Amino acid sequence: MSAEYPNVATWNAATPNAATWNAAAPNVATWNAAAPSAVASNAVAPNGGAQPGFMADPSAEGRFGEFGGMYVPETLVPACQELDRAFRSAWADPTFRAELTDLLTHYAGRPSPITGCDNLSEELGCTVLLKREDLNHTGSHKINNVLGQALLARRMGKTRLVAETGAGQHGVATATAAALFDMECIVYMGTVDIGRQELNVFRMKLLGSEVRAAKSGSQTLKDAVNEAMRHWVSAVESTHYCLGSVMGPHPYPWMVREFNRVIGDEAAQQCAGLLDGGTPDVVVACVGGGSNAAGIFSGFADTDAELVGVEPAGGAAVGRAVPGIVHGSRSYLMQDEWGQVLEAQSISAGLDYPGIGPEHANLAATGRARYEPVTDAEVVEAFQLLARTEGIITALESAHALAWIVRAQDELAGKTVLLNLSGRGDKDVAQMMDVLG
Amino acid sequence: MTGALEAALRTRRDRGGKCLVPYLTGGLGEDWLETIQAASIAGADAVEIGVPFSDPVMDGPTIQLANDKALASGVTPQLILDRLRGADIGVPTAVMTYGNIAYRMGYQRFASSLADGGVSGCILPDIPLEEVGPWAEAADAAGVETVLLAAPTSPDERLVSIARRSRGFVYGVGLLGITGVRDQLADSARVIAARLKEVTDRPVLVGVGVGTPEQAVEVCEVADGAVVGSAMVQRMLDGGGPEGVAELVGEFRSALDQRF
Repeated sequence: MSAEYPNVATWNAATPNAATWNAAAPNVATWNAAAPSAVASNAVAPNGGAQPGFMADPSAEGRFGEFGGMYVPETLVPACQELDRAFRSAWADPTFRAELTDLLTHYAGRPSPITGCDNLSEELGCTVLLKREDLNHTGSHKINNVLGQALLARRMGKTRLVAETGAGQHGVATATAAALFDMECIVYMGTVDIGRQELNVFRMKLLGSEVRAAKSGSQTLKDAVNEAMRHWVSAVESTHYCLGSVMGPHPYPWMVREFNRVIGDEAAQQCAGLLDGGTPDVVVACVGGGSNAAGIFSGFADTDAELVGVEPAGGAAVGRAVPGIVHGSRSYLMQDEWGQVLEAQSISAGLDYPGIGPEHANLAATGRARYEPVTDAEVVEAFQLLARTEGIITALESAHALAWIVRAQDELAGKTVLLNLSGRGDKDVAQMMDVLG
Repeated sequence: MTGALEAALRTRRDRGGKCLVPYLTGGLGEDWLETIQAASIAGADAVEIGVPFSDPVMDGPTIQLANDKALASGVTPQLILDRLRGADIGVPTAVMTYGNIAYRMGYQRFASSLADGGVSGCILPDIPLEEVGPWAEAADAAGVETVLLAAPTSPDERLVSIARRSRGFVYGVGLLGITGVRDQLADSARVIAARLKEVTDRPVLVGVGVGTPEQAVEVCEVADGAVVGSAMVQRMLDGGGPEGVAELVGEFRSALDQRF
């Protein structure tokens, strides 16, 4: 079997590379032990953020190329401007960065490991590595951003958090941070999503947050964003809007990417120690708004690695490539010929969103990243495949990324693919019991 | 150059009166155009016509519902503008919608469609001062007055810039929140009116949270006029039709005229 897949053979066999990985216990141990200081040194001298080129900082107006901006009602403009100033100041402050790093390390459990998937790699004919964001506290990458924003909100003197959530992962992460920081927290969630993500609704309540149903429109993530923005308009002086993805008005797309940059920075260092050549051939992540993808892409934007974002076919904003303005920024948006926003359709509540973060639109427009759609059926297959081959129950969101690898396996033959496993699948098990009968 | 919207509001003010601008949802019910005409006859100085958008983040439940109903009936921006073209409203009109409706059609085409439809002004609440440039340029060229919003959270220096770039009138947002009728006028309504009056000679109208004739009178002790949205739209949703809306506009008109 492995003879057919030379690269997998390399991985398994005793070539220097594989030896590094397998004998790797010491290496991994070194990495883990070194991680806090490694992250801390990153924190002081951020890698990539200020560099020119791909995934650099946005313009002063919050634009990535022609995308982004601050399209919000006047009531919120001063709040966004204040947030921009506060984030710039905090992000340049070593004390803030150290505090965040400490939380990420000792509360969230970072760094997350990279797992080599021998069985899956053998089955697919390419070397698949997983960046294990599913192992973070609260079960996804969402905790990275939320700890950053909660820390920032406290620094700004805000006492309340409001958030939107789709699958509930961001809601749970926000509720967690609110509990930790002793803040009041309100999470808006579409009525449809409340129905299909009962477990996360209960978690949020258990953590002391109030979950409010967004009953308008499609009753999913888009409508939860609308309600959260309306709430913020009404309570802007005391409340921080803890937006969960790289979308919304400036500075959110940039700030949320920076808070998730830790994924890419860690992964780049880990890959440097694990792989011949130091970088994977392909980096792939699922994309709804696009925060986990932005996080891992940021570690590889200045390398030769190909960057692939995977959208649900029923929510493929980039696939349609029509620019629009909603929820604070100009980006690609699923809409009708008159500009009415269309309802996304996806098996995964977390990707059930008709837009995409503006930086992704720019990465697509400039060709630095490409975005591929996968169907719900392919996602269900991938979800089962990872469980069966590697013993990992992934979130349905992250299963999109794997579904693309499965589909593209011929193109990927012999290559090394780093997949950002953005979340764990406990929350999806009940839904999958129905789907799989 | 002063547009028709600003001219009408200035005329009312110069006579010592207060401006009344009802907001009505375009495409809501078969008789929405007759409803606008009836509001004009009943004493409106201008009429704001809402062009429904799928995701109206500045709007509360009443206008959201009106949007959803109108959209479900198949109404499009073009259908609304087509019906306005050549219609005799009797007073200037301003369209209120969201940025993506204008952006999708193309700013120039949307602006010239408004002008062709006889619409004087346009309000895009999610296109603030920093982003308004490309739209305002297109609107200016087409002779459409771009009304900007000023909020209780806007610092003083922003109010100056907003008032300078606004055309038609300056729209003071009466409270921290979204559109909808409240039991009482928020203190912030008179405060934003006073702050705006300090920095501009342009008509200052306050809307959002002005839902009763008494509240309109109260805010107009400081402001040049009031925009009344959700109360009017609720009357449309209740099936009040042109007569019902005209009656409500008449109540606001009488209350303002008696006091001022």
